[in-house]
Amino acid sequence: MAVQKVLGIETEYGVSVSQQPDANPITASSVLINAYLSAIAGRVDWDFVDESPGNDARGFSVDGSSSTELETHLVNAVLTNGARLYVDHAHPEYSSPECISPLEAVRYDKAGEYIMRRAMSNVKRISNPAQEIVVYKNNSDRKGNSYGCHENYLMDRAVPFSKIVSGVIPFFVTRQVVVGAGKVGSEFTGRDVHPVPFQISQRADFFEEEVGLETTLKRPIVNTRDEPHSDGHRYRRLHVIVGDANLSETSTWLKLGMTATVLSMIEDGFVNGMNLTLAHPVHALRDVSWDPTLKERVMLSDGRKMRAIEIQIEYLERATKYAEAVGYGFLGREEEGPKLFAEWERVLDLLMDDPAKLSDTLDWVAKRELVAGYADRHGLAPDDARLAAIDLQYHDVRPAKSLFSRLPMRTLLSEEEVIAATTEPPTETRAYFRGTCLSRFPESVAAANWDSLIFDLGQDPLRRVPMMDPLRGTKKHVGELFERVQSAAELVEALGS
Amino acid sequence: MAEREQVKRGSTEREEEVEAEREPAADRSEKLKAELDDILDEIDEVLEDNAEEFVRNYVQKGGE
Repeated sequence: MAVQKVLGIETEYGVSVSQQPDANPITASSVLINAYLSAIAGRVDWDFVDESPGNDARGFSVDGSSSTELETHLVNAVLTNGARLYVDHAHPEYSSPECISPLEAVRYDKAGEYIMRRAMSNVKRISNPAQEIVVYKNNSDRKGNSYGCHENYLMDRAVPFSKIVSGVIPFFVTRQVVVGAGKVGSEFTGRDVHPVPFQISQRADFFEEEVGLETTLKRPIVNTRDEPHSDGHRYRRLHVIVGDANLSETSTWLKLGMTATVLSMIEDGFVNGMNLTLAHPVHALRDVSWDPTLKERVMLSDGRKMRAIEIQIEYLERATKYAEAVGYGFLGREEEGPKLFAEWERVLDLLMDDPAKLSDTLDWVAKRELVAGYADRHGLAPDDARLAAIDLQYHDVRPAKSLFSRLPMRTLLSEEEVIAATTEPPTETRAYFRGTCLSRFPESVAAANWDSLIFDLGQDPLRRVPMMDPLRGTKKHVGELFERVQSAAELVEALGS
Repeated sequence: MAEREQVKRGSTEREEEVEAEREPAADRSEKLKAELDDILDEIDEVLEDNAEEFVRNYVQKGGE
Protein backbone atom coordinates (compact mmCIF):
# COMPACT_ATOMS: atom_id res chain seq x y z
CA MET A 1 0.00 0.00 0.00
CA ALA A 2 1.49 3.35 -1.06
CA VAL A 3 2.65 5.50 1.83
CA GLN A 4 2.84 9.28 1.73
CA LYS A 5 5.88 10.09 -0.40
CA VAL A 6 7.96 12.12 2.03
CA LEU A 7 10.84 13.31 -0.13
CA GLY A 8 13.97 15.42 -0.30
CA ILE A 9 17.17 16.04 -2.25
CA GLU A 10 20.81 15.98 -1.13
CA THR A 11 23.21 17.88 -3.35
CA GLU A 12 26.99 17.77 -3.39
CA TYR A 13 28.16 20.97 -5.02
CA GLY A 14 31.33 21.24 -7.05
CA VAL A 15 33.76 23.66 -5.40
CA SER A 16 36.77 25.52 -6.70
CA VAL A 17 38.98 28.41 -5.70
CA SER A 18 39.66 30.94 -8.42
CA GLN A 19 43.33 31.42 -9.31
CA GLN A 20 44.18 28.42 -7.11
CA PRO A 21 43.51 25.14 -8.89
CA ASP A 22 45.44 23.18 -6.25
CA ALA A 23 43.48 24.53 -3.28
CA ASN A 24 42.36 21.87 -0.84
CA PRO A 25 38.66 21.29 -1.60
CA ILE A 26 37.93 20.05 1.93
CA THR A 27 39.28 23.26 3.38
CA ALA A 28 37.47 25.36 0.79
CA SER A 29 34.19 23.54 1.57
CA SER A 30 34.71 24.02 5.30
CA VAL A 31 35.48 27.71 4.95
CA LEU A 32 32.42 28.15 2.78
CA ILE A 33 30.04 26.48 5.18
CA ASN A 34 31.53 28.17 8.22
CA ALA A 35 31.14 31.48 6.44
CA TYR A 36 27.43 30.82 6.12
CA LEU A 37 27.04 29.59 9.69
CA SER A 38 28.98 32.45 11.22
CA ALA A 39 26.66 34.91 9.53
CA ILE A 40 23.65 33.29 11.17
CA ALA A 41 25.44 32.52 14.45
CA GLY A 42 23.03 34.69 16.37
CA ARG A 43 20.20 32.43 15.29
CA VAL A 44 21.63 28.92 15.46
CA ASP A 45 24.17 28.38 18.14
CA TRP A 46 25.81 25.26 16.89
CA ASP A 47 28.95 24.42 18.85
CA PHE A 48 31.46 24.81 16.01
CA VAL A 49 30.15 28.25 15.14
CA ASP A 50 32.46 29.41 17.90
CA GLU A 51 35.39 28.28 15.80
CA SER A 52 36.73 31.49 14.38
CA PRO A 53 35.76 31.96 10.75
CA GLY A 54 38.64 34.42 10.44
CA ASN A 55 41.10 31.63 11.17
CA ASP A 56 39.41 29.42 8.67
CA ALA A 57 39.68 32.05 6.02
CA ARG A 58 43.36 32.47 6.69
CA GLY A 59 43.88 28.75 6.66
CA PHE A 60 42.42 28.67 3.21
CA SER A 61 43.88 31.84 1.79
CA VAL A 62 47.42 31.19 2.93
CA ASP A 63 48.14 27.65 1.84
CA GLY A 64 45.29 25.42 2.95
CA SER A 65 47.47 23.87 5.60
CA SER A 66 44.99 24.12 8.45
CA SER A 67 43.85 20.88 9.97
CA THR A 68 41.31 19.64 7.48
CA GLU A 69 40.38 16.65 9.55
CA LEU A 70 39.41 18.82 12.43
CA GLU A 71 37.42 21.08 10.18
CA THR A 72 35.48 18.37 8.42
CA HIS A 73 34.77 16.81 11.74
CA LEU A 74 33.28 20.07 12.87
CA VAL A 75 31.44 21.28 9.83
CA ASN A 76 28.13 19.55 10.10
CA ALA A 77 25.19 21.74 10.90
CA VAL A 78 21.44 21.56 11.03
CA LEU A 79 19.66 24.71 9.94
CA THR A 80 16.45 26.28 11.18
CA ASN A 81 14.79 25.26 7.91
CA GLY A 82 15.37 21.65 8.93
CA ALA A 83 18.12 21.05 6.36
CA ARG A 84 21.59 19.67 6.95
CA LEU A 85 24.59 21.66 5.70
CA TYR A 86 27.97 19.97 5.86
CA VAL A 87 31.18 18.89 4.20
CA ASP A 88 30.87 15.50 2.57
CA HIS A 89 34.10 14.08 1.19
CA ALA A 90 35.50 17.07 -0.65
CA HIS A 91 32.26 18.89 -1.36
CA PRO A 92 29.89 21.27 0.37
CA GLU A 93 26.61 19.40 0.70
CA TYR A 94 23.10 20.59 1.37
CA SER A 95 20.43 18.03 2.30
CA SER A 96 16.98 19.51 2.09
CA PRO A 97 14.51 18.92 4.90
CA GLU A 98 11.78 16.32 4.45
CA CYS A 99 8.85 17.58 2.39
CA ILE A 100 5.55 15.99 1.46
CA SER A 101 5.02 17.62 -1.92
CA PRO A 102 7.35 17.73 -4.92
CA LEU A 103 6.89 21.51 -5.29
CA GLU A 104 7.75 22.07 -1.64
CA ALA A 105 10.89 19.97 -2.15
CA VAL A 106 11.81 22.12 -5.18
CA ARG A 107 11.50 25.19 -2.95
CA TYR A 108 13.88 23.72 -0.39
CA ASP A 109 16.29 22.55 -3.08
CA LYS A 110 16.38 26.09 -4.51
CA ALA A 111 16.89 27.40 -0.97
CA GLY A 112 20.11 25.38 -0.94
CA GLU A 113 21.37 27.43 -3.92
CA TYR A 114 20.60 30.65 -2.03
CA ILE A 115 22.47 29.36 0.99
CA MET A 116 25.50 28.58 -1.18
CA ARG A 117 25.30 32.04 -2.72
CA ARG A 118 25.19 33.68 0.66
CA ALA A 119 28.11 31.54 1.83
CA MET A 120 30.16 32.56 -1.21
CA SER A 121 29.54 36.25 -0.69
CA ASN A 122 30.41 35.96 3.01
CA VAL A 123 33.72 34.32 2.10
CA LYS A 124 34.39 37.12 -0.35
CA ARG A 125 33.97 39.67 2.40
CA ILE A 126 36.46 38.04 4.77
CA SER A 127 39.13 36.78 2.40
CA ASN A 128 41.30 37.79 -0.52
CA PRO A 129 38.83 38.58 -3.33
CA ALA A 130 41.25 37.21 -5.92
CA GLN A 131 40.79 33.78 -4.35
CA GLU A 132 37.07 33.54 -4.54
CA ILE A 133 35.45 30.22 -3.56
CA VAL A 134 32.99 29.26 -6.26
CA VAL A 135 30.39 26.51 -6.19
CA TYR A 136 28.81 24.73 -9.11
CA LYS A 137 25.57 22.78 -9.00
CA ASN A 138 26.65 20.03 -11.37
CA ASN A 139 27.81 16.42 -11.17
CA SER A 140 31.11 16.04 -12.93
CA ASP A 141 34.41 17.81 -13.51
CA ARG A 142 34.58 16.52 -17.10
CA LYS A 143 37.65 14.47 -16.15
CA GLY A 144 35.93 11.38 -14.85
CA ASN A 145 35.17 12.56 -11.31
CA SER A 146 31.51 12.57 -10.40
CA TYR A 147 29.60 13.69 -7.32
CA GLY A 148 26.00 13.18 -6.60
CA CYS A 149 22.58 14.68 -6.34
CA HIS A 150 20.56 12.07 -4.50
CA GLU A 151 16.81 11.91 -4.06
CA ASN A 152 15.08 10.22 -1.15
CA TYR A 153 11.57 8.82 -1.07
CA LEU A 154 9.69 7.22 1.79
CA MET A 155 8.31 3.82 0.90
CA ASP A 156 6.35 1.01 2.48
CA ARG A 157 8.74 -1.53 4.02
CA ALA A 158 6.31 -4.33 3.20
CA VAL A 159 6.95 -3.99 -0.53
CA PRO A 160 9.73 -6.43 -1.51
CA PHE A 161 12.84 -4.66 -2.73
CA SER A 162 12.97 -6.87 -5.82
CA LYS A 163 9.59 -5.51 -6.84
CA ILE A 164 10.87 -1.96 -6.56
CA VAL A 165 13.93 -2.84 -8.64
CA SER A 166 12.05 -4.46 -11.49
CA GLY A 167 9.38 -1.77 -11.57
CA VAL A 168 11.68 1.20 -11.46
CA ILE A 169 14.68 0.30 -13.65
CA PRO A 170 13.01 0.98 -17.02
CA PHE A 171 11.75 4.26 -15.57
CA PHE A 172 15.14 5.32 -14.17
CA VAL A 173 17.00 4.44 -17.38
CA THR A 174 14.67 6.57 -19.51
CA ARG A 175 13.50 9.44 -17.25
CA GLN A 176 16.68 11.37 -18.11
CA VAL A 177 15.02 12.54 -21.34
CA VAL A 178 12.96 14.75 -19.03
CA VAL A 179 15.28 15.40 -16.11
CA GLY A 180 18.85 15.25 -17.47
CA ALA A 181 21.04 18.30 -16.92
CA GLY A 182 23.00 17.87 -20.17
CA LYS A 183 26.71 17.54 -20.77
CA VAL A 184 29.14 18.52 -23.52
CA GLY A 185 31.15 15.42 -24.47
CA SER A 186 31.54 12.14 -22.61
CA GLU A 187 33.70 10.80 -19.79
CA PHE A 188 33.00 7.15 -20.48
CA THR A 189 36.14 5.07 -20.70
CA GLY A 190 34.75 1.67 -21.64
CA ARG A 191 35.17 -0.22 -24.85
CA ASP A 192 32.23 0.99 -26.90
CA VAL A 193 33.37 4.59 -26.66
CA HIS A 194 32.64 6.84 -29.62
CA PRO A 195 32.50 10.62 -30.02
CA VAL A 196 29.61 12.14 -28.10
CA PRO A 197 29.35 15.88 -28.82
CA PHE A 198 26.50 16.41 -26.39
CA GLN A 199 24.59 14.08 -24.09
CA ILE A 200 21.42 14.32 -22.03
CA SER A 201 22.73 13.31 -18.60
CA GLN A 202 25.66 14.44 -16.46
CA ARG A 203 25.83 11.06 -14.77
CA ALA A 204 25.08 8.29 -17.28
CA ASP A 205 28.80 7.81 -18.09
CA PHE A 206 29.46 6.65 -14.53
CA PHE A 207 27.02 3.77 -13.99
CA GLU A 208 28.22 0.20 -14.13
CA GLU A 209 25.69 -1.97 -12.28
CA GLU A 210 21.94 -2.47 -12.14
CA VAL A 211 21.63 -2.84 -8.37
CA GLY A 212 24.10 -2.37 -5.54
CA LEU A 213 25.23 -0.62 -2.42
CA GLU A 214 28.01 1.53 -3.86
CA THR A 215 27.77 5.21 -4.64
CA THR A 216 31.37 6.03 -5.55
CA LEU A 217 32.57 2.98 -7.47
CA LYS A 218 30.61 0.61 -9.65
CA ARG A 219 27.63 2.92 -9.29
CA PRO A 220 24.29 1.11 -9.58
CA ILE A 221 21.08 2.34 -11.23
CA VAL A 222 19.21 1.27 -8.10
CA ASN A 223 21.05 1.91 -4.86
CA THR A 224 20.42 -0.49 -2.00
CA ARG A 225 21.54 1.70 0.90
CA ASP A 226 19.15 0.84 3.69
CA GLU A 227 19.15 3.64 6.21
CA PRO A 228 15.49 4.39 6.81
CA HIS A 229 16.06 7.35 9.18
CA SER A 230 12.65 6.38 10.52
CA ASP A 231 10.83 3.33 11.84
CA GLY A 232 12.47 0.62 9.76
CA HIS A 233 9.67 -1.84 10.39
CA ARG A 234 7.18 0.37 8.61
CA TYR A 235 9.26 2.38 6.21
CA ARG A 236 12.03 2.22 3.70
CA ARG A 237 13.89 5.26 2.36
CA LEU A 238 14.67 4.71 -1.29
CA HIS A 239 17.95 6.46 -1.97
CA VAL A 240 18.14 7.39 -5.65
CA ILE A 241 21.58 8.16 -7.05
CA VAL A 242 20.94 8.01 -10.79
CA GLY A 243 19.80 11.63 -11.17
CA ASP A 244 21.54 14.88 -12.09
CA ALA A 245 21.55 18.10 -10.07
CA ASN A 246 19.01 20.33 -11.77
CA LEU A 247 18.80 24.09 -11.92
CA SER A 248 15.48 24.24 -13.80
CA GLU A 249 12.63 24.25 -11.31
CA THR A 250 10.47 22.30 -13.73
CA SER A 251 13.15 19.63 -14.16
CA THR A 252 13.40 19.14 -10.39
CA TRP A 253 9.62 19.25 -9.95
CA LEU A 254 9.05 16.59 -12.60
CA LYS A 255 11.97 14.49 -11.37
CA LEU A 256 10.44 14.30 -7.90
CA GLY A 257 6.80 14.14 -8.96
CA MET A 258 7.22 11.53 -11.68
CA THR A 259 9.41 9.36 -9.46
CA ALA A 260 7.12 9.64 -6.43
CA THR A 261 4.22 8.64 -8.68
CA VAL A 262 5.97 5.62 -10.16
CA LEU A 263 7.11 4.45 -6.71
CA SER A 264 3.55 4.75 -5.39
CA MET A 265 2.34 2.76 -8.37
CA ILE A 266 4.89 0.06 -7.58
CA GLU A 267 3.71 -0.06 -3.97
CA ASP A 268 0.12 -0.46 -5.14
CA GLY A 269 0.94 -3.08 -7.76
CA PHE A 270 -0.01 -0.68 -10.55
CA VAL A 271 3.01 -1.33 -12.76
CA ASN A 272 2.26 -5.03 -12.98
CA GLY A 273 2.04 -6.23 -16.56
CA MET A 274 3.80 -3.23 -18.11
CA ASN A 275 6.46 -5.56 -19.52
CA LEU A 276 9.14 -2.93 -19.98
CA THR A 277 12.06 -4.95 -18.63
CA LEU A 278 15.19 -3.85 -20.45
CA ALA A 279 17.65 -6.34 -21.90
CA HIS A 280 20.74 -4.28 -20.92
CA PRO A 281 19.81 -1.46 -18.55
CA VAL A 282 23.35 -0.14 -17.94
CA HIS A 283 24.11 0.08 -21.67
CA ALA A 284 20.68 1.54 -22.30
CA LEU A 285 21.32 4.28 -19.72
CA ARG A 286 24.28 5.49 -21.78
CA ASP A 287 22.67 4.92 -25.16
CA VAL A 288 19.73 7.07 -24.13
CA SER A 289 21.98 9.78 -22.71
CA TRP A 290 24.19 9.87 -25.78
CA ASP A 291 21.29 10.49 -28.14
CA PRO A 292 19.77 13.97 -27.73
CA THR A 293 17.71 13.40 -30.88
CA LEU A 294 15.70 10.88 -28.81
CA LYS A 295 15.46 8.55 -31.81
CA GLU A 296 17.60 5.70 -30.41
CA ARG A 297 15.72 2.55 -29.47
CA VAL A 298 16.69 0.38 -26.54
CA MET A 299 16.25 -3.37 -26.45
CA LEU A 300 13.68 -4.90 -24.14
CA SER A 301 14.13 -8.39 -22.75
CA ASP A 302 11.20 -9.63 -24.86
CA GLY A 303 13.04 -8.54 -28.02
CA ARG A 304 11.03 -5.38 -28.69
CA LYS A 305 12.85 -2.10 -29.25
CA MET A 306 11.48 1.14 -27.85
CA ARG A 307 12.51 4.78 -27.67
CA ALA A 308 13.12 6.18 -24.19
CA ILE A 309 10.34 8.70 -24.72
CA GLU A 310 7.93 5.89 -25.63
CA ILE A 311 8.75 4.11 -22.38
CA GLN A 312 8.16 7.34 -20.47
CA ILE A 313 4.80 7.77 -22.21
CA GLU A 314 3.79 4.28 -21.09
CA TYR A 315 4.57 5.24 -17.51
CA LEU A 316 2.55 8.46 -17.84
CA GLU A 317 -0.41 6.61 -19.32
CA ARG A 318 -0.35 4.10 -16.49
CA ALA A 319 0.07 6.92 -13.97
CA THR A 320 -2.95 8.72 -15.37
CA LYS A 321 -5.06 5.61 -14.83
CA TYR A 322 -3.57 5.27 -11.36
CA ALA A 323 -4.47 8.84 -10.40
CA GLU A 324 -7.97 8.33 -11.75
CA ALA A 325 -8.27 5.32 -9.47
CA VAL A 326 -6.73 6.66 -6.27
CA GLY A 327 -6.54 10.46 -6.58
CA TYR A 328 -3.37 12.48 -6.08
CA GLY A 329 -2.90 12.01 -2.35
CA PHE A 330 0.43 10.26 -2.85
CA LEU A 331 1.85 13.60 -4.08
CA GLY A 332 1.16 15.17 -0.72
CA ARG A 333 -1.21 17.91 -1.77
CA GLU A 334 -4.27 17.00 -3.81
CA GLU A 335 -4.21 20.31 -5.72
CA GLU A 336 -0.62 19.88 -6.90
CA GLY A 337 -1.25 16.54 -8.62
CA PRO A 338 -3.29 17.70 -11.64
CA LYS A 339 -0.85 20.54 -12.32
CA LEU A 340 2.13 18.23 -12.16
CA PHE A 341 0.48 15.67 -14.43
CA ALA A 342 -0.43 18.40 -16.94
CA GLU A 343 3.17 19.57 -17.07
CA TRP A 344 4.41 15.97 -17.29
CA GLU A 345 2.15 15.43 -20.31
CA ARG A 346 3.06 18.75 -21.96
CA VAL A 347 6.76 17.94 -21.63
CA LEU A 348 6.47 14.41 -23.04
CA ASP A 349 4.34 15.67 -25.94
CA LEU A 350 6.89 18.34 -26.84
CA LEU A 351 9.79 15.91 -26.49
CA MET A 352 7.99 13.70 -29.01
CA ASP A 353 7.34 16.67 -31.31
CA ASP A 354 10.53 18.78 -31.06
CA PRO A 355 12.67 18.90 -27.89
CA ALA A 356 13.98 22.37 -28.81
CA LYS A 357 10.56 23.73 -27.84
CA LEU A 358 11.44 22.93 -24.23
CA SER A 359 14.48 25.20 -24.11
CA ASP A 360 12.70 27.33 -21.50
CA THR A 361 11.70 24.29 -19.46
CA LEU A 362 14.31 21.53 -19.20
CA ASP A 363 17.96 21.81 -18.24
CA TRP A 364 19.44 19.58 -20.91
CA VAL A 365 17.50 21.25 -23.70
CA ALA A 366 18.34 24.75 -22.49
CA LYS A 367 22.03 23.88 -22.29
CA ARG A 368 22.03 22.17 -25.66
CA GLU A 369 20.44 25.18 -27.38
CA LEU A 370 22.97 27.49 -25.74
CA VAL A 371 25.95 25.32 -26.69
CA ALA A 372 24.70 24.70 -30.23
CA GLY A 373 23.87 28.38 -30.74
CA TYR A 374 27.33 29.45 -29.61
CA ALA A 375 29.08 26.80 -31.72
CA ASP A 376 27.09 27.86 -34.82
CA ARG A 377 27.78 31.51 -34.34
CA HIS A 378 31.52 31.08 -33.96
CA GLY A 379 31.96 28.02 -36.17
CA LEU A 380 33.41 25.91 -33.34
CA ALA A 381 34.25 22.22 -33.42
CA PRO A 382 32.37 20.06 -30.87
CA ASP A 383 35.50 19.63 -28.75
CA ASP A 384 36.29 23.34 -28.50
CA ALA A 385 37.12 24.29 -24.91
CA ARG A 386 34.68 27.20 -25.07
CA LEU A 387 31.77 24.78 -25.32
CA ALA A 388 33.01 22.81 -22.33
CA ALA A 389 33.35 26.11 -20.47
CA ILE A 390 29.74 27.01 -21.27
CA ASP A 391 28.72 23.60 -19.92
CA LEU A 392 30.50 24.25 -16.60
CA GLN A 393 29.39 27.84 -16.34
CA TYR A 394 25.74 26.89 -16.86
CA HIS A 395 25.97 25.49 -13.31
CA ASP A 396 27.89 28.36 -11.68
CA VAL A 397 25.73 29.36 -8.74
CA ARG A 398 26.84 33.02 -8.64
CA PRO A 399 24.11 35.17 -10.18
CA ALA A 400 26.56 37.30 -12.17
CA LYS A 401 28.26 34.27 -13.70
CA SER A 402 25.46 31.71 -13.93
CA LEU A 403 24.52 31.09 -17.56
CA PHE A 404 21.39 29.28 -16.42
CA SER A 405 20.08 32.42 -14.76
CA ARG A 406 20.47 34.41 -18.00
CA LEU A 407 18.09 32.09 -19.80
CA PRO A 408 14.35 32.78 -19.95
CA MET A 409 13.45 29.68 -17.96
CA ARG A 410 9.94 29.06 -16.66
CA THR A 411 9.72 29.33 -12.90
CA LEU A 412 7.33 27.83 -10.38
CA LEU A 413 8.32 29.79 -7.28
CA SER A 414 8.82 33.41 -6.34
CA GLU A 415 12.14 34.60 -4.97
CA GLU A 416 10.40 35.45 -1.68
CA GLU A 417 9.14 31.87 -1.31
CA VAL A 418 12.64 30.48 -1.88
CA ILE A 419 14.31 32.93 0.50
CA ALA A 420 11.75 32.12 3.20
CA ALA A 421 12.71 28.47 2.80
CA THR A 422 16.31 29.22 3.77
CA THR A 423 15.20 29.81 7.37
CA GLU A 424 11.66 28.46 7.84
CA PRO A 425 11.03 24.71 7.93
CA PRO A 426 8.37 22.90 5.91
CA THR A 427 5.25 22.60 8.05
CA GLU A 428 4.02 19.17 6.99
CA THR A 429 6.78 16.85 8.23
CA ARG A 430 8.96 16.34 11.30
CA ALA A 431 11.32 18.93 9.78
CA TYR A 432 8.92 21.45 11.33
CA PHE A 433 9.72 20.18 14.81
CA ARG A 434 13.47 20.03 14.11
CA GLY A 435 13.69 23.47 12.56
CA THR A 436 11.43 25.16 15.09
CA CYS A 437 13.40 23.72 18.02
CA LEU A 438 16.58 25.09 16.45
CA SER A 439 15.16 28.55 15.96
CA ARG A 440 13.32 28.73 19.31
CA PHE A 441 15.76 26.97 21.66
CA PRO A 442 19.16 26.85 19.94
CA GLU A 443 21.04 26.95 23.24
CA SER A 444 19.25 23.81 24.43
CA VAL A 445 19.70 21.62 21.37
CA ALA A 446 22.86 19.58 21.87
CA ALA A 447 22.59 17.57 18.68
CA ALA A 448 20.17 17.04 15.87
CA ASN A 449 19.70 14.20 13.45
CA TRP A 450 17.10 13.17 10.89
CA ASP A 451 15.25 11.01 13.39
CA SER A 452 16.00 12.56 16.77
CA LEU A 453 16.84 15.71 18.69
CA ILE A 454 19.00 15.73 21.79
CA PHE A 455 18.34 18.43 24.36
CA ASP A 456 20.73 19.73 26.98
CA LEU A 457 18.45 21.16 29.63
CA GLY A 458 21.26 22.16 31.93
CA GLN A 459 21.08 19.02 34.01
CA ASP A 460 22.18 15.45 33.41
CA PRO A 461 21.32 13.40 31.55
CA LEU A 462 20.76 14.78 28.03
CA ARG A 463 17.20 14.19 26.86
CA ARG A 464 16.63 12.51 23.54
CA VAL A 465 13.39 13.11 21.63
CA PRO A 466 12.95 10.45 18.94
CA MET A 467 11.22 11.40 15.68
CA MET A 468 10.81 8.00 14.08
CA ASP A 469 7.80 8.99 11.97
CA PRO A 470 8.59 11.61 9.30
CA LEU A 471 4.91 12.55 9.25
CA ARG A 472 4.76 13.49 12.93
CA GLY A 473 6.07 16.69 14.46
CA THR A 474 4.22 18.77 11.86
CA LYS A 475 2.85 22.24 12.50
CA LYS A 476 -0.56 20.66 12.87
CA HIS A 477 0.75 18.35 15.59
CA VAL A 478 3.03 20.63 17.56
CA GLY A 479 2.41 24.19 16.36
CA GLU A 480 0.13 24.96 19.27
CA LEU A 481 2.53 23.35 21.72
CA PHE A 482 5.34 25.63 20.52
CA GLU A 483 3.09 28.63 21.16
CA ARG A 484 2.39 27.44 24.68
CA VAL A 485 5.89 26.62 25.93
CA GLN A 486 8.52 29.17 26.93
CA SER A 487 11.57 26.93 27.18
CA ALA A 488 13.06 23.72 25.88
CA ALA A 489 12.54 22.20 29.34
CA GLU A 490 8.81 22.94 29.13
CA LEU A 491 8.71 21.52 25.63
CA VAL A 492 10.43 18.27 26.59
CA GLU A 493 8.25 18.03 29.70
CA ALA A 494 5.09 18.46 27.62
CA LEU A 495 6.25 15.83 25.15
CA GLY A 496 6.66 13.47 28.11
CA SER A 497 9.95 12.10 26.91
CA MET B 1 -1.41 6.88 -30.87
CA ALA B 2 -4.96 5.62 -30.35
CA GLU B 3 -4.26 4.76 -26.75
CA ARG B 4 -2.70 8.15 -26.18
CA GLU B 5 -5.89 9.85 -27.35
CA GLN B 6 -7.86 7.65 -25.04
CA VAL B 7 -5.79 8.78 -22.10
CA LYS B 8 -6.50 12.40 -22.93
CA ARG B 9 -10.22 11.82 -23.18
CA GLY B 10 -10.08 10.25 -19.77
CA SER B 11 -8.96 13.50 -18.19
CA THR B 12 -10.71 16.46 -19.76
CA GLU B 13 -9.55 18.86 -17.13
CA ARG B 14 -5.90 18.24 -17.91
CA GLU B 15 -6.57 18.24 -21.62
CA GLU B 16 -7.87 21.81 -21.49
CA GLU B 17 -4.83 22.97 -19.61
CA VAL B 18 -2.50 21.26 -22.02
CA GLU B 19 -4.32 22.68 -25.06
CA ALA B 20 -4.15 26.16 -23.60
CA GLU B 21 -0.39 25.75 -23.29
CA ARG B 22 -0.03 24.32 -26.74
CA GLU B 23 -1.78 27.02 -28.74
CA PRO B 24 1.03 29.59 -28.86
CA ALA B 25 3.80 26.99 -29.19
CA ALA B 26 4.89 28.15 -32.65
CA ASP B 27 5.07 31.79 -31.57
CA ARG B 28 6.78 30.80 -28.41
CA SER B 29 9.34 28.81 -30.33
CA GLU B 30 10.21 31.93 -32.37
CA LYS B 31 10.34 34.02 -29.24
CA LEU B 32 12.71 31.54 -27.58
CA LYS B 33 15.02 31.67 -30.61
CA ALA B 34 15.08 35.46 -30.50
CA GLU B 35 15.82 35.45 -26.78
CA LEU B 36 18.63 32.97 -27.26
CA ASP B 37 20.12 35.25 -29.94
CA ASP B 38 20.10 38.16 -27.50
CA ILE B 39 21.84 36.05 -24.87
CA LEU B 40 24.45 34.89 -27.38
CA ASP B 41 25.10 38.53 -28.27
CA GLU B 42 26.17 39.23 -24.71
CA ILE B 43 27.48 35.91 -23.48
CA ASP B 44 31.17 36.66 -24.15
CA GLU B 45 31.03 39.38 -21.51
CA VAL B 46 30.35 36.83 -18.76
CA LEU B 47 32.21 33.79 -20.06
CA GLU B 48 35.38 32.93 -18.16
CA ASP B 49 38.31 34.68 -19.86
CA ASN B 50 40.44 31.72 -20.74
CA ALA B 51 38.13 28.83 -21.52
CA GLU B 52 40.87 26.28 -21.93
CA GLU B 53 42.50 27.08 -18.60
CA PHE B 54 39.15 27.30 -16.84
CA VAL B 55 38.11 23.87 -18.06
CA ARG B 56 41.52 22.36 -17.29
CA ASN B 57 41.59 23.79 -13.77
CA TYR B 58 38.12 22.63 -12.88
CA VAL B 59 39.08 19.44 -11.06
CA GLN B 60 36.94 17.83 -8.39
CA LYS B 61 37.42 14.94 -6.05
CA GLY B 62 34.79 12.27 -6.47
CA GLY B 63 32.03 12.43 -3.91
CA GLU B 64 28.91 10.64 -2.66
